[in-house]
Amino acid sequence: MSEMKLYEVFIRAKSGLNHRHVGSLHASDPEMALLNARDVYTRRQEGVSIWVVEAEKITASNPAQEHEWFDPAEDKVYRHPTFYPLDKEVENM
Amino acid sequence: MYSQGLTDAKGQAEPEELMAEFQAKIDREEKIEPRDWMPEAYRKTLIRQMSQHAHSEIVGQLPEGNWITRAPTLKRKMILLAKVQDEAGHGLYIYSATETLGVTRDQLTDELLTGKAKYSSIFNYPTPSWADIGAIGWLVDGAAIMNQVPLCRASYGPYARSMIRICKEESFHQRQGYEIMTVLARGSQAQKDMAQRALNRFWWPALMMFGPSDKDSTHSAQSMQWKIKRFTNDDLRQKFIDATVPQAEHLGLTVPDPDLQWNETTGHYDHGEIDWHEFMQVIKGNGPCNKERMQARINAHEAGAWVREAAQVFQQNQAKSNSEAA
Ligand SMILES: [Fe+2]
Ligand SMILES: [Fe+2]
Repeated sequence: MSEMKLYEVFIRAKSGLNHRHVGSLHASDPEMALLNARDVYTRRQEGVSIWVVEAEKITASNPAQEHEWFDPAEDKVYRHPTFYPLDKEVENM
Repeated sequence: MYSQGLTDAKGQAEPEELMAEFQAKIDREEKIEPRDWMPEAYRKTLIRQMSQHAHSEIVGQLPEGNWITRAPTLKRKMILLAKVQDEAGHGLYIYSATETLGVTRDQLTDELLTGKAKYSSIFNYPTPSWADIGAIGWLVDGAAIMNQVPLCRASYGPYARSMIRICKEESFHQRQGYEIMTVLARGSQAQKDMAQRALNRFWWPALMMFGPSDKDSTHSAQSMQWKIKRFTNDDLRQKFIDATVPQAEHLGLTVPDPDLQWNETTGHYDHGEIDWHEFMQVIKGNGPCNKERMQARINAHEAGAWVREAAQVFQQNQAKSNSEAA
């Protein structure tokens, strides 16, 4: 028998928070994935909302290129407030 | 422990530069994530360790499952069901984490059912009395916690995260077991005797859960360096003994080890020699329940085949009617 699809599971712990990746599971269809996710990952009220997504539909950056991929942001210190010195007299900006 | 250190990582030639960077990352306590470069031996050792752990969670449901229909009260039955359901969840968390290393669930299931993969020796012991359910929660889950807490800091990200989730659930397991023992130990003489017999049955097998003694455990050093093992077998075993003996005394139960003695100088309990011959026999498949456990897993897998097939057919039909509607 061919293996069931892999789904990644994301859970919102309570309203006001982002959904967060918690793990994965196998299911034959999205509804089953949701039911299983509820039973596996929220047995102790760990969530108020669940997303499941087929793992193969996720496009990911390549960790082997971690450096090149993210280096455009590396030399832009002027994007941070600490780049701009403030006179002592001016507090809290 | 759930993997009992019986694995072996054959060193393999890897690019030196990558190896050095890999080790440096681990030394900095940074996590290794699924798509990061890792040495083959690290991957293989982890697959073995994690899958043995996952199999143990799954097979571990069986000795306790034995008492679900015969739990003494409805309350105990609900607690036991929840506990056993947690163990199924633990198995699933770790299987999922193992799959991130590039094995499929079907492969892992197959390795268990064909006897290629090992699971913890402890689950090959029978549970003839209700008190055994108490002893398992208290001792077996207690020993599992000793092992799993340090693994929350394991170097492999998905493994560490699954351990964090599991540890959150384990303390309920240990407490409900100790509570069963408490009620029995404070009950009638017959109940007290039952609790004592369960402790007698499970004490030594629980100590064996930590795996062979350090002097016979050859591959510990590599696993320690990779931080997929953070304490030696003997250290964890000692920690467990030190924590558990006072709990037994508190209940007026006697730990079945005539050599057990508090050592003022070391600040630890000295204990008697473990029967390593028995341990090896159980690992090799000759324990009291090995065959029964395997058969139960095979039966469950075969009896569930029609459910998996029906789910697949349902999914195909759904997909078909969706595309016709479009
Ligand atoms: Fe568990
Ligand atoms: Fe447990």
